[in-house]
Amino acid sequence: MVGRSSDGKLVRRPLSPHLQVYKPQITTVLSILHRISGVALAAGTLFLVCWLAAGASGPAWFETVQGFAGTILGQLLLFGWTVALFYHLFSGLRHLAWDMGLGFEKAQYTASGWAVVITTTAASLLAWIIGYAVR
Amino acid sequence: MANETLHIDIMRSQLGRARGLGAAKSGLHHWWMQRLTAVALVPLTLWFIYSVLVLQGATHAALIAWMGNPFHLVLLLALIVATFHHVQLGLQSVLEDYIHTETCRLASVLVMKGLAALLALTGVVSALKLGL
Repeated sequence: MVGRSSDGKLVRRPLSPHLQVYKPQITTVLSILHRISGVALAAGTLFLVCWLAAGASGPAWFETVQGFAGTILGQLLLFGWTVALFYHLFSGLRHLAWDMGLGFEKAQYTASGWAVVITTTAASLLAWIIGYAVR
Repeated sequence: MANETLHIDIMRSQLGRARGLGAAKSGLHHWWMQRLTAVALVPLTLWFIYSVLVLQGATHAALIAWMGNPFHLVLLLALIVATFHHVQLGLQSVLEDYIHTETCRLASVLVMKGLAALLALTGVVSALKLGL
């Protein structure tokens, strides 16, 4: 790959890693999951807006949307949304730490990666256990 | 490999090259706004999850009563604005990474930003109608 350095000189740059020959690692898998969960959450905002708009449109519309949320499909979508939300939240905190220059040692980013996986699982299950317990 | 054999089309102005300049002034804005909205969304999201647990299965009357609390309404509006700002910044990065045709890329980014703005407005107006 041919590129140009900031002082204008032509240089050969290394190519990006070829994904298909790389063994999946905690760093790379969590990195693409951050993007995938972000796109999923963007789609999930549709439900939030539908829920609010239905509420603003009157009781009949609101009951319809609340009813859909209670179906098996609705509950599965909401559970997926919960996992994506907690994942993007905890993984996002990891990214913010990196932005401050923290946690770049191999042992640190491996540990923080697994911490994101564990906290996402725990928080998602806890939220749903509480959700079913209080209703 | 001697550098004389390398060739690329020059995409920068000669003056910019001579001065060693890159992009100026607004280059950091997208990155910075993504971080700012991310930081704002950490507490807002935790509050949102708590609110969803409170409001799950709520009747319409209960929703209106909850929205009538100005603190709830303000936090919900802040959540909607921060969320959709963050969403359109993030989706822009995704579209720009994967769409390689200039026209398609520009069109899809503009359509996505328009949809995000309309959804955000729908959320804001609905929340205000419920709460006021």
